[in-house]
Amino acid sequence: MNAPSNFTFVSSDRRVREDRRFVAGQGKFVADITETGMLHVAIVHGSQTAARIVSIDATRALEMPGVVGVVEGEELRAAVEPLMNGLDTPRVQRYPLAIKHVRYHGEWVAAVVAQTRAQAEDAAECVDVVYETLPNVIDTEEAYKPGSPPVHPAHGSNVLLDRTFNWGDIDSDFAASDHSLSLRVTWGRSSTVPIETFGVVAMWDPWSETLDVRASIQMPKYADQIARALRLPGNAVRVHYDVDVGGSYGVKRGIKHTVLVGYLAMKLKQPVRLIEDRLENMESGDAHGPDRIFDIEVAFNKDGIVNSMKMRAMDNAGAYAGRAPFQLGKPIGAIVGPYRINSVRYQAVSVTSNKAVQEAVRGFGQSPTNYAIETMMDRVAEFVGLDRVEIRRRNFIRHDEFPYLIPSGTRYDSGDYHVVVDKVMKHVDWDGLIAERDRLRASGLYAGIGISACLEPSGGNSSFEPLLNSTNTTTTWMESCRINVDALGHVTVTIHTTSSGQGHETLASTVIGEILEIDPDSIRIVRTDSLTSLPGNSPVGSRMAVMLGGSCFHAANKLKTKMIAIAAKNLGCAVEAVEYAGGAFHARDSNKKLSWLDLVTIAHRNYHLLPEGFEPGLEATNVYQVPTGNELPTADGRVQMYPCHSFEFHCILATIDPDTGKVDLRRYVIGHDCGTVINPHIVKGMTLGGIAHGIGAALLEEFVYDSEGQMLAQSFMDYLMPSSHEVPEVEIVHHCTPSPFTVMGQKGSGESGYLGAPAAISGAVNDAVRALGIRFNRLPMRMTAISDAIAEAKSNNAQSR
Amino acid sequence: MKISLDVNGQKRPLDIEPRVTLLDALRDDLRLTGAHTGCEHGVCGACTVLVDDAPARSCLMFAVQAEGSKITTIEALAAGPGELGIIQDAFCATHGLQCGYCTPGMILTAHALLRDNPSPTRAEIVDAISGNICRCTGYGQIVEAIELAAQRLRGANLEAVR
Repeated sequence: MNAPSNFTFVSSDRRVREDRRFVAGQGKFVADITETGMLHVAIVHGSQTAARIVSIDATRALEMPGVVGVVEGEELRAAVEPLMNGLDTPRVQRYPLAIKHVRYHGEWVAAVVAQTRAQAEDAAECVDVVYETLPNVIDTEEAYKPGSPPVHPAHGSNVLLDRTFNWGDIDSDFAASDHSLSLRVTWGRSSTVPIETFGVVAMWDPWSETLDVRASIQMPKYADQIARALRLPGNAVRVHYDVDVGGSYGVKRGIKHTVLVGYLAMKLKQPVRLIEDRLENMESGDAHGPDRIFDIEVAFNKDGIVNSMKMRAMDNAGAYAGRAPFQLGKPIGAIVGPYRINSVRYQAVSVTSNKAVQEAVRGFGQSPTNYAIETMMDRVAEFVGLDRVEIRRRNFIRHDEFPYLIPSGTRYDSGDYHVVVDKVMKHVDWDGLIAERDRLRASGLYAGIGISACLEPSGGNSSFEPLLNSTNTTTTWMESCRINVDALGHVTVTIHTTSSGQGHETLASTVIGEILEIDPDSIRIVRTDSLTSLPGNSPVGSRMAVMLGGSCFHAANKLKTKMIAIAAKNLGCAVEAVEYAGGAFHARDSNKKLSWLDLVTIAHRNYHLLPEGFEPGLEATNVYQVPTGNELPTADGRVQMYPCHSFEFHCILATIDPDTGKVDLRRYVIGHDCGTVINPHIVKGMTLGGIAHGIGAALLEEFVYDSEGQMLAQSFMDYLMPSSHEVPEVEIVHHCTPSPFTVMGQKGSGESGYLGAPAAISGAVNDAVRALGIRFNRLPMRMTAISDAIAEAKSNNAQSR
Repeated sequence: MKISLDVNGQKRPLDIEPRVTLLDALRDDLRLTGAHTGCEHGVCGACTVLVDDAPARSCLMFAVQAEGSKITTIEALAAGPGELGIIQDAFCATHGLQCGYCTPGMILTAHALLRDNPSPTRAEIVDAISGNICRCTGYGQIVEAIELAAQRLRGANLEAVR
């Protein structure tokens, strides 16, 4: 494996090639697509939290100008299969439109199709729906109770998943420890909320019997799921991968939207488009994130060494199951964080409620889990009277212990946690930072320092599927690349997914340019569609640097090997005697050489000069298996989850205005180690963007529901995303510990920042208010919650004096 | 109703309903799709265009209200087909974007800032873009892009807007 310094293009300061089209407004987003005769959909939303649908009357709507049709759930149920569940919960059925019952506020009840969107919206208001209200359940712990009103009566209860894993001898480790303590932290429901809502355009061609789908999608096996739901052969669905996606960070998985629109396109024989409006996106786009309560018991010695942990994670999945409950499974691959914890009991609970449906959110459950683990470490430090950095140092896995097997069965690839922390401490001037905090406190502000040390599992496989669903036998999560060299010698690479800002064109061209020793800017990247593509699983699980990068690496080496064999024959030497440099081929023992174009000409035009058995032309493909995690879980629930583990160490100085409760992040330093960096601009952007997203989750963003299930955050004026005012200037301290499991030592970075920021911000706020004797155990810590808690604490302290 | 809009220096006749927003008119009727629909309630800034050289939310304005004003969209900012303007190039140099969805609005906002203030401080840049939400970048490389563009524009002795 190469050290980063040996690369020419990889890790170098090169532009991101995608940027040019976007700065000119020339991105091709789904809402930019128009087709002749395209119809528009508007949704009729349920106005009840839980109710039986007594009747739907579309008479008035159908008389409105431009209206082509109205479809409701019963019609759809007869025509399509239920949408896929992750867990084995066949009685929790989900269709694009409500069937007989609405189960959360805003659920889609009917769809109106018209010539224009405005006409469809006008008509949607004239669809009359009569409901009979039913009991609802919103609260997570209420939903878990046996007597709670079941969201899906056929399922029998609200419990989708309740499984306890025991990894190691937990009871002995607790008994042998000096102390234990327990804590509860809660992660409020937020999401990634991309600025582009989800949208899809579908067209049915009755002559070729093909459904063409263009969507702002980021979803594994999207085409398969569409075909299955619409009862079409897989090869009748063509998903186009050349649609630019305006942000996703996990959630752009509009399968219900697509099945609805696909059905309508087939029924009406016209192109049909559905673009969510913002309220739809937030209330009923089925794209909320984890909503989770953690109860932890931790056993440790008086020197702060943590021996064992019991964690119960209880998540409120909302009204339908989908894939979201797997977000309790992925963190199992890093359940001990960066620490040597000998044994773990983990109870994963997922319940249905009458809230909106969840979808995958950046980190797939890891950020909430990291928040829980890091809060636990802070509490242990407080209990034993140790510095929060020191307790982490004592518990960190050491550099010489990698690859390191954690109790739940994952082998961490590499890391150098102590060194990253040391570098950050030095950069930030730790003693100076403490002095600055104390100076701020003396000036009348609440001031605190927060730290977090977190892992970003990356290179995503999907081992949590068989772990949480015994009917699922998934052990591959491949990614692919095809390289074609045309007869003029120019290189074209196909990638087989949409992108939502991750820079995959830059990634692929950089890696292939590196191996072939040609200018990456000379390589054209094209995106295929699902009928012409190789197998792949889309950019989820922080996986593309590892997986697309790995696939490009192997395809390029395959191509190079082929070219060297052709060169050897034509140079009259052994394959081992051919030297390849800068696109030309030299025979080591003679001064004979072949240029790139000579070689290309032989491959394309001179069959008589090819080695025996060679196919003419010049292309190479690779379908790349995830480097680790090729086995099913063991009976006791151990499995190799993701192959790579990036590390981040956050260090924050924050102040709180004593009256308003406003948190000001005055200093933000992150130490970041994601192994070999392919493109430094992209990794920097992911890190800074992830931190901003984490600031939102920690301080601002929440889909708040009232006790009757009405979602209160319905616009960007009450669901607050960080603006440039809320995000401080972030200082990044780099470190590189290459992964031994990947082709260039790279690890993932798509979730970086987000995985540690909430934990660190929580630590800083709690450090700031410690003197008041209060704690914040719930995210987000919104201004109002902070100011109320401070006011109450002051009042209580004054009374007790 | 019949109106005529002055968009990117061209007179564009339109026959549209009074309730159509400027954003929808630009995107659907004039096929200028660089302005993006984000929230449709004036918070996110993805739909930002310049109205008489000032950044405006095209989702909060009816097209009919824009008659008589000079509308500038991202499509007018490139120096030529395939040729970037200085601010656009600076966004590429620092990777001041990821998914590209907020980017046209962000660049138009930067454009207006640099015309009025050729040497903005970091705080002034942060303030100027605070009405444009970017979900990808955390703003760091956007601020760097605007700083770089300001420096280049000063060095080139060019006005940001002619």
